[in-house]
Amino acid sequence: MATVMMKGVLLASLVATFGMGVVAQAEEVGDYVLPSSKAASLENCVEPTEYMRRNHFELIRHQRDQTVYGGIRGSDHGISGCVSCHVGYDDKGAPVEIDGKGQFCQSCHEYAAVELNCFDCHATVPTGEAWNHEVAAAHAHLPGAAKTGPTSAER
Amino acid sequence: MNHETESMNQGRRDFLGAAAGVSAAAVAPGMFLHTPVANAAARTEPVTDMHRWGLLVDTSKCADGCTACVDACDTENGLNLQSKPLGDDKLKWQNQRSTWIRKVKLQDNLTGNVTNLPLMCQHCEHPPCVDVCPTGASFKRADGIVMVDRHTCIGCRYCMMACPYKARSFIHEQVDQKLTRAPRGKGCVESCTFCVHRLDSGDISTACADACSAEGHQALVFGDLKDPTGPLRQALAKAPSRQIRQDLGLNTGVRYTGL
Ligand code: SF4
Ligand code: SF4
Repeated sequence: MATVMMKGVLLASLVATFGMGVVAQAEEVGDYVLPSSKAASLENCVEPTEYMRRNHFELIRHQRDQTVYGGIRGSDHGISGCVSCHVGYDDKGAPVEIDGKGQFCQSCHEYAAVELNCFDCHATVPTGEAWNHEVAAAHAHLPGAAKTGPTSAER
Repeated sequence: MNHETESMNQGRRDFLGAAAGVSAAAVAPGMFLHTPVANAAARTEPVTDMHRWGLLVDTSKCADGCTACVDACDTENGLNLQSKPLGDDKLKWQNQRSTWIRKVKLQDNLTGNVTNLPLMCQHCEHPPCVDVCPTGASFKRADGIVMVDRHTCIGCRYCMMACPYKARSFIHEQVDQKLTRAPRGKGCVESCTFCVHRLDSGDISTACADACSAEGHQALVFGDLKDPTGPLRQALAKAPSRQIRQDLGLNTGVRYTGL
């Protein structure tokens, strides 16, 4: 019971911090967006920030089933989108693992004491990204591509 | 013929179709999913049974000692990022390392004739791996691709025992390096997905078939079993083909000629 109340208080303070919208408080509790990430330059996340704080996992979990069973990979509610936008970069411009100490996902999960195990399987930096239409178009010109020309059986 | 599996899938399709709303209707009548790669884009509607993906292996073209398809598969799906655990026996690692395609060499002892072929998940229409899975993690997509939902797989490995083709691997070690397109982690079973991330982006190709063609062997043709004018059906029409362990009646999506 006490923990439930504690959580309520924490959440309330998170929301309150954000609600003030004072730039000087960007480093305060509740703001884990890294200045070096793409997310820092954007107005808000794929949904309003308050909504994302409470419900991001609902979105990710819903999208995960859509992707695994329905093959829908283009949605911006997928975890690869979270990583590519929220991953931080070091001085040399190399991406830093998002589940690393002080990084976006890890630091907030540590604060909220919620275990983070997405990254047992999922990539922690954008690498070998989804086969998107740009990659596919480039791929069409490779010698091995069977898509547009005659197939290997007919050549 | 396949009432059980089809009806199981039907429920999900109905559900996903309903969730997708009006635009779902647009996909059904047209054949525009066959349009060239320039129009390829990530899909926004759930897969349907309009397609059934398959592969034809011409064993007479499959070269002895060539591992182009295996290597391409490894790179495509991040299997090349595996490394032998410190202190592990080399032979043990060779057996435990995750492999989606195995090169198999058959010799007819009477005639001495040698056949080479790649063996991967055959994407059975009636997959034993799905039948035995206690969690429902092993499943067949509407378009015939058999996959593991790694979120629900408990790593019991029943499916590995049930698969007649030894197509599945278990991930024994923590995975340190992962690819965005092919997530994989310790404690789950995995197998060939027909490069599902490519298909879902509208590119009808697999890494193995591409690599085989690039190597000049052209032993693999990937395509849609339901498209009579497509490359796969045309190739299938030209030569007699068979399923490995046809006697099991699994109606595999992978077919072989020259066996
Ligand atoms: S080949 Fe094996 S893993 Fe693939 S669908 Fe058939 S039983 Fe399942
Ligand atoms: S190992 Fe995973 S996919 Fe295979 S039968 Fe067990 S739960 Fe199902």
